Amino acid sequence: MQENNALFDTDFSSVFKDDPAETLISVKGLNFFYGKHQALFNNYMEIKKNRVTAVIGPSGCGKSTHLRVYNRIYELYRDQYATGEVLLDGEDILSPAADVLELRKKVGMIFQKPTPFPMSVFDNVAYGLKLHYKLSRREISERVEKALKSAALWDEVKDKLKKQGTALSGGQQQRLCIARAIAVEPEILLMDEPTSAVDPVGTLKIENLIEVLKNKYTIVIVTHNMQQAARVSDYTAFFYEGYIVEFDKTENMFTKPQKKQTEAYITGRFG
Amino acid sequence: MKQKKKQDKSAADRIFYITTMFCAFLVLVIMCGFFVQLFIHSFPAIKKFGFTFLVSGEWDPVRNIYGAASAIYGTAITTIIAMAIAVPLSFLIALFLVEMAHPVLSRIIGQAIELLAAIPSIIYGMWGLFVFVPFMQNYVGPFLADTLKLKWLPLFQGPCTGFGLLTAGIVLAFMVLPFISAVMRDVFKMVPPVLKESAYGCGATTWEVTFDVTMKYGMQGLLGAVFLGLGRAVGETMAVLFIIGNTPRISASLFESGTTISATLANNFAESSGVFQSVLLELGLVLLAITFLIQIAAQFWLNMVRRKFGGNI
Repeated sequence: MQENNALFDTDFSSVFKDDPAETLISVKGLNFFYGKHQALFNNYMEIKKNRVTAVIGPSGCGKSTHLRVYNRIYELYRDQYATGEVLLDGEDILSPAADVLELRKKVGMIFQKPTPFPMSVFDNVAYGLKLHYKLSRREISERVEKALKSAALWDEVKDKLKKQGTALSGGQQQRLCIARAIAVEPEILLMDEPTSAVDPVGTLKIENLIEVLKNKYTIVIVTHNMQQAARVSDYTAFFYEGYIVEFDKTENMFTKPQKKQTEAYITGRFG
Repeated sequence: MKQKKKQDKSAADRIFYITTMFCAFLVLVIMCGFFVQLFIHSFPAIKKFGFTFLVSGEWDPVRNIYGAASAIYGTAITTIIAMAIAVPLSFLIALFLVEMAHPVLSRIIGQAIELLAAIPSIIYGMWGLFVFVPFMQNYVGPFLADTLKLKWLPLFQGPCTGFGLLTAGIVLAFMVLPFISAVMRDVFKMVPPVLKESAYGCGATTWEVTFDVTMKYGMQGLLGAVFLGLGRAVGETMAVLFIIGNTPRISASLFESGTTISATLANNFAESSGVFQSVLLELGLVLLAITFLIQIAAQFWLNMVRRKFGGNI
């Protein structure tokens, strides 16, 4: 295991010097293992509140792996484990004492493919609500409506609430999943290539949605699409082979990258 | 020349088409043949007893009066007992194998289940006779009747000799269990991991993920597994023959002996003749009709589930 070889400065004060937002997640020396294979090396990162942080890099560089630590979803699989510290609101989520169900209430996740559950549109959105809150039927339907409105889906599905979630179009399904995630009022939304299975029109809608959602939520988005990262994010982290090579304001990253690898990647010379 | 070659090819294709079609049609012919033959040969019995054959429990070889109700009753009761035990057990087994067990353990148990499914039913019958009947007589019967004090229930009246409906139902359950759990395991395996991750990501527990997502997603496959087991349990002969007692009567008590359609056939067919043989063939027709109806009901139900849940498996 390699110690202490982050390829860049772990002090982000220069990156954040004009930004008054508080830090929501602070990653310190995160390593990740698939059995004996190490996939993340000594990651340092900070996620600011109400900002969109994009995670970019070539396939297999550990972007998704990094994201999957934030809600400890990797724990579903044997042999996968993380070391280091990930502080959310100052508390280490990797500590065994952390309540994983409570964590997942705070940290919603959107996947590459839309994952509507085999139930109605309404029940999909109500699912998380029913898990975490004891609400009357009226409160539930109010919050479902609110979540669907926030996910810019309400007008399209208000007459189809009883239909199966799987009957919606791909882009609608993905916004349904966003509605499901925000219905429980999380602090942060993790999006793992949320538009990779969605057509251009749907992609545009989701990007616009991210723009709106960041007023209320903190968003971390993994994307293969450089333009998307440039369009939607405030900060960008560039991953390469498990290392965070560069982390900066998005505008700086795409105009004057500091590292050669970053420049090569964003100008399309590899990846 | 080229043209000729092409023609040859299409001729070969035609032969291939006709051969495959012939094989496929063979299935239809066999199917219809069964129904027609059974109907023709059971006609004397149908003519003699008419509809009362299905509802009368009388079985009197001396006076030559026969009714199928006791056999149908026995078939129904043993099947219900078997399914009531096997379905929930299989569900839990499959769940453990896919969602909870260590992969190595899961593989070992999975292999064992497949081996269990390969055991010929006569072995189940012999095991039932020599091991399970005494066990029921000495332990389970007294436990149900005396320890749990269920003697007052009509279901547990009379002495438990070990032979009877309950024992047959339980042995049937063991028999169909590997089939149902193997199919259910495959159904659970087919649920996309990302869907489960998504449910876990909402903050659901394993139990909640299983009931809300995995089960609904695989509903069609799970029902298919149940019907597969049901089909086997209804027609099973050898495992039941040894342990049900083979008495053509209808009794509420599960401790009492009874009979099933297939056991009646296996017991009597060798020395049957005349109307009696016709009666047995009509019983066969009834069994065929029952399995046929189960198939139709299964198809109907699966279609309904497909429409409701959008057809995933």
